[in-house]
Amino acid sequence: MAGREIMYREALREALFEEMGRDESIFIIGEGIAERGGSYKVTEGLLAEYGPTRIRDTPISEAGMIGVGVGAAIAGARPIVEILYVDFAMLGMDMIVNQAAKFRLMTGGRGRVPFVLRTQGGTGGGVAAQHSQSLEALFYHIPGLRVVMPSTPADAKGLLKYALRQEDPVMFIEHKHLYMTKGEVPEGELITEFGVADIKREGTDVTLIAWSNMIPRTLQAAEELAEMGISAEVLDPRTLVPLDRVAILKSVAKTNRCVIVQEAVRRGGVASDISSIIQEEAFYSLDAPVQIVAGMNTPIPFNLTLEEASVPQKNDIIAAVQSVLHHKAA
Amino acid sequence: MASKKRENTPSKELLEKLFTTAYRIRNFETEGIKLYRRGLVRGYFHPYLGQEGIATGACAALDERDYIASTHRGHGHCIAQGAEVEGMIAELLQKETGYCKGYGGSMHIADITKNNLGANGIVGASTPLGVGAAMANQVNGSDAVTVAFSTDGATNNGTFLESLNLAAIWDLNFILIVENNQYAVSTTLAEATRETELYKRGEAIGVESHRIDGNDSLLVYETVADAVKKCRAGLGPILIEAVTFRHSGHHVNDPGKYMPEDKLKYYKDRDPVDRARDNLINMGKMSAKDVKAIEAKIEAEFEAAVKAAEAAGEVSIEEFREFVEGY
Repeated sequence: MAGREIMYREALREALFEEMGRDESIFIIGEGIAERGGSYKVTEGLLAEYGPTRIRDTPISEAGMIGVGVGAAIAGARPIVEILYVDFAMLGMDMIVNQAAKFRLMTGGRGRVPFVLRTQGGTGGGVAAQHSQSLEALFYHIPGLRVVMPSTPADAKGLLKYALRQEDPVMFIEHKHLYMTKGEVPEGELITEFGVADIKREGTDVTLIAWSNMIPRTLQAAEELAEMGISAEVLDPRTLVPLDRVAILKSVAKTNRCVIVQEAVRRGGVASDISSIIQEEAFYSLDAPVQIVAGMNTPIPFNLTLEEASVPQKNDIIAAVQSVLHHKAA
Repeated sequence: MASKKRENTPSKELLEKLFTTAYRIRNFETEGIKLYRRGLVRGYFHPYLGQEGIATGACAALDERDYIASTHRGHGHCIAQGAEVEGMIAELLQKETGYCKGYGGSMHIADITKNNLGANGIVGASTPLGVGAAMANQVNGSDAVTVAFSTDGATNNGTFLESLNLAAIWDLNFILIVENNQYAVSTTLAEATRETELYKRGEAIGVESHRIDGNDSLLVYETVADAVKKCRAGLGPILIEAVTFRHSGHHVNDPGKYMPEDKLKYYKDRDPVDRARDNLINMGKMSAKDVKAIEAKIEAEFEAAVKAAEAAGEVSIEEFREFVEGY
């Protein structure tokens, strides 16, 4: 079913429209999401369709809002809490880390928390240190949470719909640079299960692992590498928790080389963990050490030149690929 | 503090229920501490001794559709909301037959089939979680009421204001009971805040608020029953500050030497369990002998629960590994 191209934000909106129509226990709370339709227009039109009981603006009370979402999920609703920037989710960390992530275990499995926190992260053209972070590793570190980071409109729609049909707390982290990007999204039902990686481009010489806004950048790098005669496979895990280890290991077994690209700071990142999985489980398929291209260990500076220097760019990815291809075993 | 003239004499049935619950909690805590001292209960144990009147009175005013959220001092709320002592003791003894399969323990104890959102190790968490349950009920078209038990200590946490305010702007069926036991661990309320009449904080954001004697389970019942009625009529949320005092330190290993003896005596003279018993004898006209029989039954039930828990199976590491698969 080809032909239909829509924007990432439209795909998200479609998912919300469809799921709210299907399940009356879904409600959304957030800052400026009702009449205004949200900063990125993802919730535009939902108020008119589903009414003020299910679509509500909140005061600036992130910890309270997230807590209300968690409590509502425990008590039989399917709340979506929209947090404007992932940076602001830090105000509600107790509710995410100590409550949502732990409730199922603390109740011996009798309780579940089907809670979705929608937010967005990443650098975005000079919005500076408190509105630019890539914080997925914080949530990735916490057992009990699902961490979802779609890179395309189709993934955004399919994963959000799945998030609203499963039983665990989900950190659904969009990217501020992706909302206006377009991609093919099939008409009709689209549900994308968690834990299934997607090969965004097939290749044979090297596996490039990336997610969220690093996917378009990595695909551009792969395109240029192809012109140099290098065949790069681009793998998008789509969900970091659960992580599709099988797909990662399979791709590395095929290409024998791997570069992991992450916008987040290098230290303690998800890339480091994926790299450790690969060296533990696929060491003998590797022809070169796994390379990580990651953000610098820095808060994001406002200055646009410095901001750009703080996160991986296309040329950094190309250079890393060249380095793993030219690696000679000692 | 509010104390009002009673219009109707409370029924014997209600007074018996209040005493039974209060005594069941008292016995659970007293005997539970003995198990702790014997090394059978591990981890933390925050006794509800002295505060029984609050959970007892509040939960008696709820019915099966209603929800509660509890605190780190949560045994009393769990019992008052209808949990069986057996599942609770099994939980404290880390058994797979515990309400939380031995995965939760004292600080996370809950029978969630009784609409209990659980005890909580984070002070203040019960308020936003309880508001969330109230929100879920509003969205799902239920007139259920949620009572969040919270504490004086939690009123200085940001989520107190944030979530009570959300309950207010959304007219939720939510009752916040601030159990003012006058200490946050060892810090007195006067050290923690300039305005120690905590109900005023509710008033400051337009929430109907009351301050009552928390050691009077009957008064707590009447106040909460009234609040439930108002909530179901769309007049929620409501805040109730229930003043009380612990009989001991913050947890079983805190001797509570910072608690002044004269104050302790004052509150022990107004012991909530004794008062519930007096009410049953004086107002309910139950004979002392029948009261004793109730006590004996509760004591026997506890002993049987310990025996059952001790005989119950241990948790399985394999099952645990399966449980967290994919985490």
